[in-house]
Amino acid sequence: MAETIDAEKVRHIGKLARIELSDREVEMFSRQLGSILEYFDKLQELDTSGVQPMAHPTDIRNIFGDDVPHESLSTDEALANAPQRDGDFFKVPKVIGEGR
Amino acid sequence: MIDTKDSVLPVIGLEIHVELATETKMFCRCRNRFGDQPNTNVCPLCIGMPGSLPVMNRKAVEYAMKVGLALNCTVAEFTKWDRKSYYYPDLPKNYQISQYDLPLCEHGFLDIPLKDGSTKKIRVLRAHLEEDAGKNVHDNPSHTAVDLNRAGVPLLEIVSEPDMHSVEEVMGYARSMHRLVRWLGVSEANMQMGHMRFEPNINLHISSSSRTCKTPIVEVKNLNSFRALERTVAYEIERQYSQWRADPDGYSIDKLGKQNRGYDDDLGRTVFQREKEEAHDYRYFPEPDLAAVTVSQEWRDGISSQIGELPLARRARYMKDYALSFKEADALTLDCPTGEMLDAAVAAGAKARRCANLLLGRGSAIANERRCAIAEIGVTAGQLAELAKMLDDGQINATAAAKVFDELTDSDDSPRAIAEAHCLLAVTDTGQIVAWVDEAVAANPRAVQDVKAGGKKQARAFGFLTGQVMQKSRGAAKPEEVQRLLRQKLGD
Ligand SMILES: [Zn+2]
Repeated sequence: MAETIDAEKVRHIGKLARIELSDREVEMFSRQLGSILEYFDKLQELDTSGVQPMAHPTDIRNIFGDDVPHESLSTDEALANAPQRDGDFFKVPKVIGEGR
Repeated sequence: MIDTKDSVLPVIGLEIHVELATETKMFCRCRNRFGDQPNTNVCPLCIGMPGSLPVMNRKAVEYAMKVGLALNCTVAEFTKWDRKSYYYPDLPKNYQISQYDLPLCEHGFLDIPLKDGSTKKIRVLRAHLEEDAGKNVHDNPSHTAVDLNRAGVPLLEIVSEPDMHSVEEVMGYARSMHRLVRWLGVSEANMQMGHMRFEPNINLHISSSSRTCKTPIVEVKNLNSFRALERTVAYEIERQYSQWRADPDGYSIDKLGKQNRGYDDDLGRTVFQREKEEAHDYRYFPEPDLAAVTVSQEWRDGISSQIGELPLARRARYMKDYALSFKEADALTLDCPTGEMLDAAVAAGAKARRCANLLLGRGSAIANERRCAIAEIGVTAGQLAELAKMLDDGQINATAAAKVFDELTDSDDSPRAIAEAHCLLAVTDTGQIVAWVDEAVAANPRAVQDVKAGGKKQARAFGFLTGQVMQKSRGAAKPEEVQRLLRQKLGD
């Protein structure tokens, strides 16, 4: 049986994603996410003993680039889509301390 | 202070982040370079534009493997990357590409030197490859400014087992790791540039008369100097002990689990840190945009063959083969090229002792002034060997050799040519020295009298006369020879 996605869990996920959710949205997402998890329940019914866990969705391996610099964007190009800039910097609301 | 009735064992593990010295970033080919103008080494990928796709830097993987192999780790045959999600302005994608369950390197160890000359094995749990974040600048009180030049720079996270039990062991491990990554050439490990950051986790296992207790494990993030690391560990050991003394029942790992504290550089100690409850909910999941990596035996052996003699082995060899003290051997193995220079000079026929004295005397002093390695001051192994041989043969004395050594840093000339040009070759012409002795004796009757009279003033007067002759030779006469001839002259 999958975990249920109750309103509290949806609010928590919203908080982690930095999005504000109305009560109506919480109720809606709780229902929608719940039905997705129900589908996973269905998949869980399959017998997977003897099947190797998949660590990556593709069979492609070892795609590398050489360590040779290419041209970067100009600072103006890089900052062009930023809502605000402070000289050569991206300007963002004040953050305090290390939030990691 | 710790009460002697309690047996207190600090248990300390250390995470070390090392920025790798690749030319370019980990997933794009923007330059990996410190100190450039803000937001000049950036592209759609490393500023997190939708639709951009990462391409793994082969060199970064190879550098990480090199460290792993030098740390005696198992290099995974199959490894992949994962997304670690969190929101912070210096992380434009809102996730960091890191490695979660299948790290590149696992289960190794690093031998660290202890004060008594022995070594101790510190186990390495894992070393994985991830990307660095950008830089938040907090100078302005009203907003934060973000520079993304560092975003996406390859970072190796090396996690130790909690095998360290004292400040000394932690510092030994941190410094050995610092020396190792520089030695391998995978990182400049410049502390001022933030190339190396430490995260210790510390708790105490305390046995008092009746029971054993463990204090909560305290993790301190983002320490970017050896001093901060040393202070943090020393302070936490004391702090946790007094906190446990004050509340032996409450202050325990069972009740409080793991805690984070911050480091205050001005106070030189750790401080309480308020935390958001969701701070550690990273929701790791496999990075679908990067191909997984398989490491063949051939590839691994190729990297392994690039690792030569490591610092600890070289230091031991210098003590054994060159009869150097621990301190001398240690100073000559701070970096790799200095030892290579010494070995090359010895291979060219010079005596190791003479070479070591030259390198650790003027060599070390000049390197200090210039803030570089001894091997980088501009003296070649060939020049070093020749100068050492001249010293050995008595063709030059130590004072003159030091002068020649200084000249060598800016010159391609041979030590002999420099010594000749500056009249620094030893005077071996006895007749010339005798003449200087005669002059000195004639000019200083008072000192001569003092020597002949014997008693308290004798030694000083004799030293004075020796000095006078040395001065006449401009340091080029052998002092022993001068003294022998002086004694002969004043003898009877
Ligand atoms: Zn880039």
